[in-house]
Amino acid sequence: MSGWQGRVPTDAVELAGLVPFAGPAPSTQADKDARRARKVVGSLTEAISRSGLGDGDTISFHHHFREGDLLILQVLAEVEALGIRGLTLASSSLNACHGDVVGYIERGVVSRIYTSGMRGTLAARISRGGLLPHPVQVHSHGGRAALMASGELRPKVAFLGVSACDEFGNANGTSGASRCGSLGYALVDAMFAETVVLVTEQVVAFPNTPAVIRQNRVDLIVVVERVGDPSRINVGATRTTTNPRDLLVARRATDVVEHGGFFVDGFSIQTGSGGAATAVTDYLGERMERRGVKAGWALGGITGSMVALHERGLVGRLLDVQSFDLVAASSLERNPGHTIVSASEYASPAAKAACVDELDVVILSALEIDLDYNVNVLTGSDGLMMGASGGHCDTAAGAKLVVVVAPLIRTRIPTIVERVTTLITPGSNVDVLVTDYGVCVNPRRPAVAERLAAAGIKVTTIEALFARALEICGRPRAVETTDEIVGVVRYRDGSVIDVVRAVAS
Amino acid sequence: MRIEVDAVAGTLESSDALVRVSPAEELRIEVTSTVEAQFGAEIRRTVAEQLDRLGVTEGLISVQDKGALDFVIRARVQGAVLRGAQARPDWRKL
Repeated sequence: MSGWQGRVPTDAVELAGLVPFAGPAPSTQADKDARRARKVVGSLTEAISRSGLGDGDTISFHHHFREGDLLILQVLAEVEALGIRGLTLASSSLNACHGDVVGYIERGVVSRIYTSGMRGTLAARISRGGLLPHPVQVHSHGGRAALMASGELRPKVAFLGVSACDEFGNANGTSGASRCGSLGYALVDAMFAETVVLVTEQVVAFPNTPAVIRQNRVDLIVVVERVGDPSRINVGATRTTTNPRDLLVARRATDVVEHGGFFVDGFSIQTGSGGAATAVTDYLGERMERRGVKAGWALGGITGSMVALHERGLVGRLLDVQSFDLVAASSLERNPGHTIVSASEYASPAAKAACVDELDVVILSALEIDLDYNVNVLTGSDGLMMGASGGHCDTAAGAKLVVVVAPLIRTRIPTIVERVTTLITPGSNVDVLVTDYGVCVNPRRPAVAERLAAAGIKVTTIEALFARALEICGRPRAVETTDEIVGVVRYRDGSVIDVVRAVAS
Repeated sequence: MRIEVDAVAGTLESSDALVRVSPAEELRIEVTSTVEAQFGAEIRRTVAEQLDRLGVTEGLISVQDKGALDFVIRARVQGAVLRGAQARPDWRKL
């Protein structure tokens, strides 16, 4: 007799439908070592087998290592060896380092892709058509969180690369060797995936706090030699620029921020990826000091430059969905005012609150912008996919002042076009365009134009800049496409805003 | 003007073009470009016009274009041709 039997009147009507206590579960209580290590498996293959992954399922990844990601190809190799086929690959984004995914598509291992964007050989090959049986679904960062919330995108297994975690699965991107900093995109996968596999370089003592990905969402843990190369986070789109033309554009964009009407104490700002956009931060610090204006907070991809402003007391808090360089990654550990937000908190239209809706100013890049201020950040003027939707349309929808920065001409290709090759962000959400040949303001924002003019900034029209570009470059021939749809561009609310057609060879 | 020796002008930097010329019986122009799809025809026309202006009627002219603007292409073609023809031009007249 243990004292618990016979206490419960099982026939009482008040207890109808409830289950009487039947004694403590034997489970693993007796062997506490085994209980603690129960999630840790010996190999990726074992993790995949135990996850129950099968043909046609969805596997998901984060892209916090950007060009240094080493996990996607490792997992695909093991998946193929197990004979699993027809998978949906759902990475928060794909980069030039993922060129070998082409082979997995050709061999039938991957048949659908959800991603924010693509670069390099994978992007070029898909853009030429005839490779993927289904078009790539291109979403924004906020849109990805919304697609997961709606259930359209529900990973069967999320493989989340981390530098270190404990045996229960508490992980952050700020301990261990390969630190990527924020795990904002991965948090959405950890929330919605059926099975969460942490792929780690190191198992550390419990509790690995402060944890970002938490133990209660983690099913399995597997140790591999390397998940990513953090030294390759800030190459490509997140590079820092010394190009004088980018710096000129950045300086002009800073003028626009200063005089656009939102440069007041406590303002909030995000600078997107791309040379000129990230360079704005450096100029902004000088203006803030000169004018005695401090920012309340900065959002987004956080750079070392933004961390410097924070540490000088010029930016109150940093909300970090992805760390754009190693300085930002290490700041997360050091600075209590620098915290992580998930992609859902960052930008999801389905979230109960998203940071982008509180943004005052955002600086964004563009591959193309058209006479209606519509922006393309996905396809090059040759029609091939070469960029990413990212947080572009999310932040443009939320921010009060949306500044697009771009050189007027890139190697003979005008940035301003009559009609964008691919629509990512609607022009009604874009306020100012800053180029090396001049600044123009969307006619929908006359008050902004007046403020800039009053501050002595020369404002021209987008039509005049377009004419100047054609005068210099000549008029480019339109790219020929076939009927095949290779990409479906999803707006942040999940609706289809455009399609990408295969480039005719 | 006649191409007497192999010669080269320009670079493979972005927004430049590398032009090579060699002696040949007939005039042959080869163009590759990073902006072939958008400007291929325009680049060929610019090269042909410049060769015509310089009176080049034979030789192998190879242009590797990296998105150069027309004035750059004209200058690089002219530079390579003058070197290949071992000409000592009166620069003020060019």
